[in-house]
Amino acid sequence: MLLKTLSESSGVSGGEQEIRNIIRQQVSPHVEEAETDVLGNLIVRKKGEKEGPTLMIVTHMDEVGMIVVGFEKSGLIKFSKVGGIDDRVLVSKVVQIGPQKIPGVIGAKAIHLQKPEERKKSIKIDDMYIDIGAGSREEAEKKVKLGDYISFITRFEEIGDHCAKGKALDNRVGCAVLIEILKKQNYPYSFYGVFTVQEEVGMRGAGAAAYRIKPDLALVVEGTTAADVVEVKKEGHVTTLGKGPALTIMDASVITHRGMVQFLKKLAEQNGIPYQIRRFTGAGTDAGRIALTREGVPSAVVSVPCRYIHNPAGILNLKDMENTVKLVDVFLKNLPEGGFNNEGID
Amino acid sequence: MDITEFLQKISTTPGVSGYEDRVAEIVVEEFKKNSHQVRRDALGNVIALKKGLNSGPDSLKIMLAAHMDEIGLMVSKVEEGGFLRISPVGGIDPRSLLNQEVLVHGKKDLPGVIGAKSPHILEPDEMEKGVKMDKLYIDLGLSEAQVKEVVSVGDIITIRREFVRLGGQMAAGKALDDRAGVAVVLQCLQELQGLKHDADVYAVATVQEEVGVRGAIVSAYGVAPDMGIAIDVCHGDMPGVPEYRTSFLGKGTVITTGPNIHPVIYKKLVELAEEYRIPYQKDAAPGPTGTDAWALQISREGIATGLVSIPLRYMHTSVELLSMEDIKHSARLLARFIAAQKQDGLKELTECF
Repeated sequence: MLLKTLSESSGVSGGEQEIRNIIRQQVSPHVEEAETDVLGNLIVRKKGEKEGPTLMIVTHMDEVGMIVVGFEKSGLIKFSKVGGIDDRVLVSKVVQIGPQKIPGVIGAKAIHLQKPEERKKSIKIDDMYIDIGAGSREEAEKKVKLGDYISFITRFEEIGDHCAKGKALDNRVGCAVLIEILKKQNYPYSFYGVFTVQEEVGMRGAGAAAYRIKPDLALVVEGTTAADVVEVKKEGHVTTLGKGPALTIMDASVITHRGMVQFLKKLAEQNGIPYQIRRFTGAGTDAGRIALTREGVPSAVVSVPCRYIHNPAGILNLKDMENTVKLVDVFLKNLPEGGFNNEGID
Repeated sequence: MDITEFLQKISTTPGVSGYEDRVAEIVVEEFKKNSHQVRRDALGNVIALKKGLNSGPDSLKIMLAAHMDEIGLMVSKVEEGGFLRISPVGGIDPRSLLNQEVLVHGKKDLPGVIGAKSPHILEPDEMEKGVKMDKLYIDLGLSEAQVKEVVSVGDIITIRREFVRLGGQMAAGKALDDRAGVAVVLQCLQELQGLKHDADVYAVATVQEEVGVRGAIVSAYGVAPDMGIAIDVCHGDMPGVPEYRTSFLGKGTVITTGPNIHPVIYKKLVELAEEYRIPYQKDAAPGPTGTDAWALQISREGIATGLVSIPLRYMHTSVELLSMEDIKHSARLLARFIAAQKQDGLKELTECF
């Protein structure tokens, strides 16, 4: 399964080499051009039957992870987080470091050795190390370099009822959707597909790509929070697994274009595609940068709900992913020739 | 001008974020001697152009950015008795302010002192507490009426500090973050006078870095370089801070990698340091570097960005301490980097991905 390959590849923000190569390999036979810019964004152009509005479909390929920041004399490795991760999930996880994928574990003091008051506190990243089994600093530095990126090792699996478990579903699921779309037959109009870098460290790639492409409109495909779990009240669920792609009205980075959102809703209804509204105004996506590029770009966000994003193991519903592909597909087939401009804004 | 003399001069000159003119004046004068033209943009950035060989519209453009602003204070209220209440400009630690000497830039510069109760009259538990900004005040030794004639709310305040030369090549003073970087840029321009380089070099002393890398945002857009290198300070080794979070004073320039940095620029800087035997150290930044490099990288269509730093102890106090050797090594590395860049090397910046 494509999503399995994407999920199990490494691509921490700033170190997207492996995931970019895999995506490039997947899409190259199906697109007119494929190039990288100076930040590492992968920009492809899918030829349509004719030229319409300049559309970019954007999905980020980076994932949260860690980076090597130092070595102890003992050969243990000090690390920092790249992107937003809760320190408490790091303990007792298996990771891979650098291009050689050197395996290591994030260890912690055995509970037997902890004082009673220690047991009550969360363990902070400053007190954690990665152990690659090296006996000395010299030995560790032979295998691992300062600045090497670190990602979790999590095997992708289909579990439960149409669900899948894996790491980096935010946003390899978005990549999977865009790759599927790029593999399809030609659409009425040409468009750009952009796999961005560094979304997780502040939406760094998207603005540069949008500046270059000068789009008339942008559609961002994401993996978004689903908090439909015990311990969270219904009003805090944000999105729900299995209820279809989520449309964003607003988050902390963008207020999406009303005309585009209305259009997406209408298309979903006409085509029997389930959808939901993302019920949260926090967090952000690449749309935040794109919408503010140059003179402004009408932007919308379509997301696949994912539980436990930014954690070593997330869960999503594969039907939501399929329905997101369908929604983007009908969007491209029905795109108005004149784009959206101020439609729906009064 | 000798680089230590230059650093001493700009270190002691006031230039709080948004009010960098006096420092800019000195920088303009010295940059002029080593470049072809110098201008200031709408925000006050100083932008010098040192043209490369056969300079033309297609020449490779490299921008160097070091910020010339410093953190400081602003008058927030004139209290009864003529004492001044203060607000911070940039990230200033109130605990470093107690009983410091200051200069209040009213209608004229007035020397003053930040008041501190003598230990005799302190309550026993007062000494245990950290100092809070809202408890601090400036004493100008003037009556309320005299103060009001010269000082208004909104006036800028700098900390006063002489530049001190310490043992070895060490020096201490205020605003070395990032006047040391400006000194590196000047020294780099001086070194380039003796080297052949194809690239047009834009040496920029940026404004308002301490309040959100603002000068770099507009100067990077204005210059639109192919490559950009920020020069800033990083934390030096000191007791109580783990080794992996600091770099060593006197052990050379610091070359940073991480998401903010283009992998090819990092690789080239390291290779050139090796080739020319310039002492260097490496650092890895997991996200924002807190420098002008953060703004440079995402200007326009994106700029291949690097970061070169000078290790510095006691950052954002008025006794920042560094080694002049590290400044010289940083400048030498930058000059060699610039001289090594050719127009046809640009392809690598995108093809490496």
